[in-house]
Amino acid sequence: MTSVHTTVDDRRRAPATSVGARRRALSIAGLIAGVIIAILLSLAFGSRTVSMAEIIDGVTSWVQGQTPSHIGAIAVQARIPRTVLAIMAGAALALSGALMQAITRNPIADPGILGVNTGAALAVVCGIAFFGITSPYEYLWLALGGAILTSIFVYNVGSVGPGGSTPIKLALAGAATTAALGSLVSAVLLPRTAAMDTFRFWQIGGVGGADWGTMAVIAPLLVAGTLVAFICAPGLNALALGDDVAVGLGVRIGRTRLLAAVAGVVLCAAVTAVAGPIAFVGLMVPHVVRMLVGPDQRWMMPLSALGGAILLTLADTIGRLIGYPGETEAGIVTAFVGAPVLVIIARRSRMRAL
Amino acid sequence: MTAQHQLTAEALVSGYGNRTIVDGVDLELAAGRITVIVGANACGKSTLLKTLARLIKPTSGAVVLDGKLISELHTKQLARTLGLLPQQPIAPEGIAVADLVGRGRHPHQKLFQSWTTDDDRAVVEALDATGIADLADRSVDELSGGQRQRVWIAMALAQQTDILLLDEPTTFLDIAHQVEVLDLLTDLNHRRGTTIVMVLHDVNLAIRYADTIVAVKDGKVLAMGEPSEVVTCTLIEEVFGLPNSITADPVSGKPMVTPIGRHHVRLTQSATHPS
Amino acid sequence: MTTLPATPDIAARTALVRAGRIRRSRRRVLVMVVLAVAVLALLSAVIMIGNTIYPVSDVLAVIRGESVPGASFTVGTLRIPRALVGALAGLAFGAAGTTFQTMLRNPLASPDVIGISAGASAAAVVCLVVLRWSGTATMFAALIAGVATAAAIYFAARGGESTGGRLILIGIGIGAMLDSVVSYTIQRAAEWDVAVAMRWLTGSLNGSRWEDVLPLGIAVAVLLPALALLSRQLKALELGDAAATSLGVRVDHVRILLILAAVALTCFATATTGPIAFVAFLAGPIVSRLVGHGSSLTIPAALMGACLVLTSDLIGQFAFDTRFPVGVITGILGAPYLLFLLIRTSRRGGSS
Repeated sequence: MTSVHTTVDDRRRAPATSVGARRRALSIAGLIAGVIIAILLSLAFGSRTVSMAEIIDGVTSWVQGQTPSHIGAIAVQARIPRTVLAIMAGAALALSGALMQAITRNPIADPGILGVNTGAALAVVCGIAFFGITSPYEYLWLALGGAILTSIFVYNVGSVGPGGSTPIKLALAGAATTAALGSLVSAVLLPRTAAMDTFRFWQIGGVGGADWGTMAVIAPLLVAGTLVAFICAPGLNALALGDDVAVGLGVRIGRTRLLAAVAGVVLCAAVTAVAGPIAFVGLMVPHVVRMLVGPDQRWMMPLSALGGAILLTLADTIGRLIGYPGETEAGIVTAFVGAPVLVIIARRSRMRAL
Repeated sequence: MTAQHQLTAEALVSGYGNRTIVDGVDLELAAGRITVIVGANACGKSTLLKTLARLIKPTSGAVVLDGKLISELHTKQLARTLGLLPQQPIAPEGIAVADLVGRGRHPHQKLFQSWTTDDDRAVVEALDATGIADLADRSVDELSGGQRQRVWIAMALAQQTDILLLDEPTTFLDIAHQVEVLDLLTDLNHRRGTTIVMVLHDVNLAIRYADTIVAVKDGKVLAMGEPSEVVTCTLIEEVFGLPNSITADPVSGKPMVTPIGRHHVRLTQSATHPS
Repeated sequence: MTTLPATPDIAARTALVRAGRIRRSRRRVLVMVVLAVAVLALLSAVIMIGNTIYPVSDVLAVIRGESVPGASFTVGTLRIPRALVGALAGLAFGAAGTTFQTMLRNPLASPDVIGISAGASAAAVVCLVVLRWSGTATMFAALIAGVATAAAIYFAARGGESTGGRLILIGIGIGAMLDSVVSYTIQRAAEWDVAVAMRWLTGSLNGSRWEDVLPLGIAVAVLLPALALLSRQLKALELGDAAATSLGVRVDHVRILLILAAVALTCFATATTGPIAFVAFLAGPIVSRLVGHGSSLTIPAALMGACLVLTSDLIGQFAFDTRFPVGVITGILGAPYLLFLLIRTSRRGGSS
């Protein structure tokens, strides 16, 4: 297979693209500033645009646990949960994408492409339809289970045969599984109009329905996943050179890969459970970050998290503006930004390797 | 023996996108002879062959067949004169050998015309010439690498062209199968007078089988001619960047290139060192 | 052109090779006949079976234009258009699917997987649900959108080597984007109409009307023969672009013609029935098992597509308590086969 040769080339090229500390520091500063700006924009814009003073007023009174008196500050307070969720979800999705790309050595690994969303959807639908589950906390766990099973399944189907998981095999396995599970979702839902209404919000992902209770449930999962991701980073650096080289460098590849995979799936599954299917964040952000700071996973991981937070918060804000007077879900916005990015990635990577 | 078709390249420049790979090549391919193109990796030899076979459009210059630009010839008509065996053709899953060889008949068939006896006869001849007549009904998937390569050559033969271009027809074959394929092509050249132009990796096999050898470096032709006349230590060193020694091939008497690396060289002071 | 000196038995062996070729192609003819009979049988089943089962005589009377109480409406207005739309859409999906699969040399690369159906579907949904256009206008909008999607994918993937692989990858991405348009539009629709939603999410024959039959019928009548005529070039393309060029095929021209015809078929069918899941995807691979390998699959796959749609529609209508739209059935029936195909294709190492 030619794929082997190409990966070898890419590996040799990888260390050469790492950049100096100066550029890295600039990137970190830029991304942190970006997060702050994204937060301010997210608080400021919506059906009612507010001033800086109102933002400060709204946030301070929120911190003190008071209800502000004027309407601008109330609007700001109403936007706080969704902004927090957008940051959490964006960071987790980007981190998850970075992990999956590192484990599979595959530039297009992304929770959306791996069919994780539809897996979660099917589990939730079955729960609603067959077990009469109504509480969001219960179907959060269902979604988590469905997402995990689906991603394991798709990854395994996509990496059968020579060359392991090539981008095309993975993408096709994901697309095909999504289609199949989608039909099952329809079949389960169709006779049950009530379930269908409950399920409607699952069609497209967004952070508009943010709720502190569900966020509190997934927060520990996200923290754990993030910690594992950071711990795995050095091992993933070695893994990037190929399994054989990694073993030679003394990395326990099985354990590293398993830990990183569990972290990656848990991160995206938890987000999907709360925010619904949001595609392409995990695909795009790591690529941009890699261009900024090079392929060192120890930097890739934290910076991807920052980048993801920026992207999703902005996507949510933009969705609120373009969908006015209603809103366009963040998932739609990311899909529209993401598809062209996938095109660029597909054009850049050498497709002979597929 | 045959109607001799003349294929020439005139000041040929070609490449991918903005990258120029073949850079000003003039080449007159001797009709009825075997021409072998050699060169280091990425020197443009394969691109040159592809441009000759109109797989790549030249950026400037021209490929001319019998005085006509190949870009202006009708593509099917050209396909009856000029055949190409690409480096990695793709066999449809489960196809029978005879059917795959039969696909070589495409340029001879018209839109509504059904399969003729001529077509079947051409298939049988191609199967015979490549020694795979027994395999006609077998599935290509079941064959070994060497047999498969014969099937592809048979397909190119069924096309019944006077000129046959081959892009590294011996890749992925072991040494015995390499010789077998090259012998087969030589037979063809002798019996049918087919003009053969191919790219080969192995410089010694190239010298052995070529009537004319073309040495390419950085997209330009460095030397061209009969191997015994043009192959010298300096030429090989220039083309491959490899110090070497040339002796007479004990079998054919043609030049034989022995590479000189940094080790295992029998120097006067270490004459006892086994080499 | 000189030929080798004729050996004494060459004529005999030519006959032998010929016999082998004919034997292999006879199977194809047999399969086509069987499938054609099956399509006719399924058509009559869809027309006759329902809450009331009408005998052949009633159906024939309706077709002759006589007025039969009850049957005239049920058969003439509901069932015949439904059966015809199902068969035509199946033909279209089957032929288009196998064309893409053969051209891209990947059994997984059918128009429904690589985003072309999604383009047609998205346009149709927007036109019907948001702009409230008529059926015919919608159909043309879907056609244009599908062709535009295909063109976007094609040009985004052009340049360099192995366009096929890149095309699949880009198609999947663009498809994901367009699918989100469909979900979004349906979610935003003023009234949440389950029937409309199901049609555009999975494909359905419910509500097929006579007005739908004609445009789809014309498209199939023109484009299916066109694809059949191009099948010889398609067979050459299957060997790789380089080999096809050296066989005298104008690769770029033929590919654009094939894509246009297949995309147009997909779009007409999608605009009429919605993207019936997996029919384009499954027809070719199933039929290639029956027909054997190496011969053109266009017509057999078209017939198989019609069989799949009509069978699934019968199952969806009558096998369960709930009436399922045809796309749900094809989706569920197709899933296991799809997974089998995914794994087997990967094992062989084939893709781009």
